[in-house]
Amino acid sequence: MRIINEIKKSFLVALWFMFLTFPIMVIKVNPLEKLIVWRWHNLAMVGIASFFISFLLRCAGRWRKSAARRPPALTMKGLSNNPRAYYSALAVIALFSLVFPFIFSAYETSIMTTALMYVILGLGLNIVVGLAGLLDLGYVAFYAVGAYSYALLNYHFGLGFWVSLPIGAMLAAAFGILLGFPVLRLRGDYLAIVTLGFGEIIRLILENWNDFSFGPSGIANIPRPSLFGINLSLAASTIYVYFIALLLVIFTIFVVNRLQDSRIGRAWIALREDEIACQAMGIDKTRIKLAAFAMGATWAGMVGVLFAAKTTFINPASFTFMESAIILSIVVLGGMGSIIGVVIAALLFVLLPEYLRAFADYRMLLFGAVMVLMMIVRPQGIIGKVRRTYVRGQVTGDKRQKNGIITNLL
Amino acid sequence: MNYFLDLFFSGLTRGSIYALIALGYTMVYGIIGLINFAHGEIYMIGAFTALIIASLLTVLGMNGMAILVISGLAAMVYAAAYGYTIEKIAYKPLRNSPRLAPLISAIGMSIFLQNYVMLAQTSDFLPFPDLIPNFAFMEPYSDFIGSSDLVILLTTAVAMLLLTIMIKYTRMGRAMRATAQDMQMAMLVGIDVNRVISFTFIIGSVLAAIGGLLIASHVGQINFYIGFIAGIKAFTAAVLGGIGSIPGAVLGGFILGLTESFATGYVSSDYEDVFAFGLLVLILIFRPSGILGRSENQKV
Repeated sequence: MRIINEIKKSFLVALWFMFLTFPIMVIKVNPLEKLIVWRWHNLAMVGIASFFISFLLRCAGRWRKSAARRPPALTMKGLSNNPRAYYSALAVIALFSLVFPFIFSAYETSIMTTALMYVILGLGLNIVVGLAGLLDLGYVAFYAVGAYSYALLNYHFGLGFWVSLPIGAMLAAAFGILLGFPVLRLRGDYLAIVTLGFGEIIRLILENWNDFSFGPSGIANIPRPSLFGINLSLAASTIYVYFIALLLVIFTIFVVNRLQDSRIGRAWIALREDEIACQAMGIDKTRIKLAAFAMGATWAGMVGVLFAAKTTFINPASFTFMESAIILSIVVLGGMGSIIGVVIAALLFVLLPEYLRAFADYRMLLFGAVMVLMMIVRPQGIIGKVRRTYVRGQVTGDKRQKNGIITNLL
Repeated sequence: MNYFLDLFFSGLTRGSIYALIALGYTMVYGIIGLINFAHGEIYMIGAFTALIIASLLTVLGMNGMAILVISGLAAMVYAAAYGYTIEKIAYKPLRNSPRLAPLISAIGMSIFLQNYVMLAQTSDFLPFPDLIPNFAFMEPYSDFIGSSDLVILLTTAVAMLLLTIMIKYTRMGRAMRATAQDMQMAMLVGIDVNRVISFTFIIGSVLAAIGGLLIASHVGQINFYIGFIAGIKAFTAAVLGGIGSIPGAVLGGFILGLTESFATGYVSSDYEDVFAFGLLVLILIFRPSGILGRSENQKV
């Protein structure tokens, strides 16, 4: 009886979705030639798919209720409690990433480099969103600042990659502070929209200020990074860029990891949890908010310089809001505040669409759906952050320290 | 003088569209404290539905007025249905979760809907049929105000009047105000809060669809991306006026529309969006709660 009831309800859901998607999925108009194409098979597809999805969700919901428990958060605790397994896993990963460009083709190395760049972007945004809890929807602006500062410094003054890298990072940090000032007093939602506006302003300026940024046509012929003045071949420089990206990833992970447990990292977490309580504890809200924006922007600026050097061509079209949304979803899906989670999510996000070319058109559609689903099912992300907790009288000082070092990484 | 009036009326037209969309944002924000990021997409879906139905009816050989009425109704019905469904799928399960979760879910929804329309229809700009007729009596003023401007202004005024009456004098309106003040208290006095929230989404979506239909017919072309920038601008308008306040949304819409119109007319048309966002940043620095918004004291 129950099953019949569920089928009936799923049937109604299917009918509703068939009604909902009818004009957009079924009718395709060509207003110029006054042609109308009816695509009835789409309607059938929507009906069948929504029926089964609804039915499965209902059954799953029932099962969940009867089991009366939520699936435990996947944490790396099992692994981190076993230092030996942990270090050997780390060694395997290190070895793999070292030999990667030599076993795979230049094309695959280049994709991997992109993935590594997103890892850094994700970790950088993670400082702002994951640690400090400030929702930044215009992160891509800092990425653009980095990319353009290398391109323009090189164009006008002939500065090389290694000189531009810190300059780009510092300029991005300066922009981070510049953005930080007006939004200091704003609460979460307003902040989101102002940062979004800021990102759009930067992009629009780059697009329209032709004398400065060469407008929509962008800047071409940006030199690749040099290795002590040696001119590398295309294949060699792909590998070289890969290693630079890898180095930056390691550097980022190291810094972010140390940062989390520093005074300022804890202040960020306090700010995220409760602004008022954080102030009451004597934390200077202005300073740490600005620090979060500046620190987050620094990484974006660095990756921007690397991006310009890797592609040798940049234009404003690479820095749209969608890019910010992708980086944000990397942070959210990976699990806010979790380094390993962000790394895994970034790799998944860049590598999966590359290897599932057939679904390339559906990439953004799936992104959107996954973001919604993830928030409903697992708001804590793929790998939830292990909260440091004090269990009174259980952990001896020595053991706590040992665990502490390892859980911090995760 | 004519140039000034031209800019003034085009600013008012723009502003009233922003105001129509901004109302949806502000009502939803007032009640559940959520930025409904997918609201711009509802506006886009309303415009697309109107386009599809209107083209269908044109091919079937109907005449002008009937097309306008039927496609307008279809746009409103479908926008309302989408608004209702989005709330049920993406926001209702998250009602008690931390603030960031529904916002991210809303961004996901917005990306999903954009791509859904792009894949199911097209990524190109589609010409939108000129649904609003040209009135003969507007001929002498055609230098600075067109027929469609007049229709847009009048429709917006009527829609806002109806909304105000609805909120002030009907049972549902009272329930909405109560829920906005204190959701738990509203529940305690027997208001079906879920119904009120669904209703708010539906009203907001209908207003957005009206805006979508009018502006698409005014501009003459649409694509799947129009919802994004219109949504952001309308949200800017809502924040300008003080989010959560209904007169504020209208005022913010008009201020934003006029600013943009005059700035593009007298300064430069390349930076149209920069002016809008710049205005937003300025307002938020000096008056974070918006022009008509009340500043809330945070309680511990």
